[in-house]
Amino acid sequence: MSSPPAGQDAAGPTSPADRRPVLRQAISVAVASGTYGISFGALSVASGLDLVQTMALSLLMFTGGSQFAFVGVLAAGGAGGTAAATAGLLGLRNGFYGLQMAPLLATRGWRRPVAAQLTIDESTAVGVAQSRLDLTRFGFWATGLSVFVLWNSATLAGAVIGDALGDPRRYGLDAAAAAAFLALVWPRLRPRLSKLVAAGAAVLATVLIPRAPAGVPVLAAVLVALAAHPLDRP
Amino acid sequence: MSIGIAVLLASGLCYAIKMAGYLLPHEWLEHPEISRLAARITVAMLAALVAIQLLGQGRTLTVDERVPAVAVAAVLLWRRAPFVVVVISAAVVAALLRML
Repeated sequence: MSSPPAGQDAAGPTSPADRRPVLRQAISVAVASGTYGISFGALSVASGLDLVQTMALSLLMFTGGSQFAFVGVLAAGGAGGTAAATAGLLGLRNGFYGLQMAPLLATRGWRRPVAAQLTIDESTAVGVAQSRLDLTRFGFWATGLSVFVLWNSATLAGAVIGDALGDPRRYGLDAAAAAAFLALVWPRLRPRLSKLVAAGAAVLATVLIPRAPAGVPVLAAVLVALAAHPLDRP
Repeated sequence: MSIGIAVLLASGLCYAIKMAGYLLPHEWLEHPEISRLAARITVAMLAALVAIQLLGQGRTLTVDERVPAVAVAAVLLWRRAPFVVVVISAAVVAALLRML
């Protein structure tokens, strides 16, 4: 990911023609995350959260991986504190996205806390993929806002549908959750060390499932990441 | 801790992390070492979550219809299928196997 050099917006004002492809990108990313939001809503109510709690997660937490992990830990019988710690650790990367976006967006006043809430995988990826600073800003905001709207509407739909469905296992929703995590980790596995870390974390978690309180096997994965760190040479 | 309190606590924590990226001095976090470690933590936790959703049943290990369903998901990911196709296919495979 490369950041557009500052000052390139001196190339002139952003025209609608420049914005159109960025907007198209933003909306297609948002539609994809919407379909994913439906499965989140359904899984969340299946995990024992009610409609208000499910919607609070999508509106306030608004970071998909952490939300899936949070309800997953609770569904396995984990404590609330363990679920919250898991969600926070998985959300650490958003802090680094913020670090990357802050100088590009140069937000002031009320826009900064809003930009922070919209700082997720999708908005950062579309933003930094643009070649001009003005389009980076437009891409970030367009993606963040459209994902926010679609993610929350989809969560609501999924929660209502999931409530009506009953036993989630009958519809394979437990397998869908495993597949969702696999799909989330898949694009991050390209470096060889990442494959090793993933394999080590999966084995450790499997060993710990019958031996440790629910949620601990996920937190223990952090140890694998730390242990692999000295092996990391760029 | 009630679920409602945990939801608010976890959401506050995730928001504080996002905001920290905008407020903290850059020198604190801008080491490439640290951002690579954060990426690695994400990979490790997601992989652990795959294992738990795949084999965990509360605190017991169970091999059931989820295994072939996730195998199908893995093949689809390898074939670069979109997210929603992967997730729905896994659900359909598990649901069909359970109907048999």
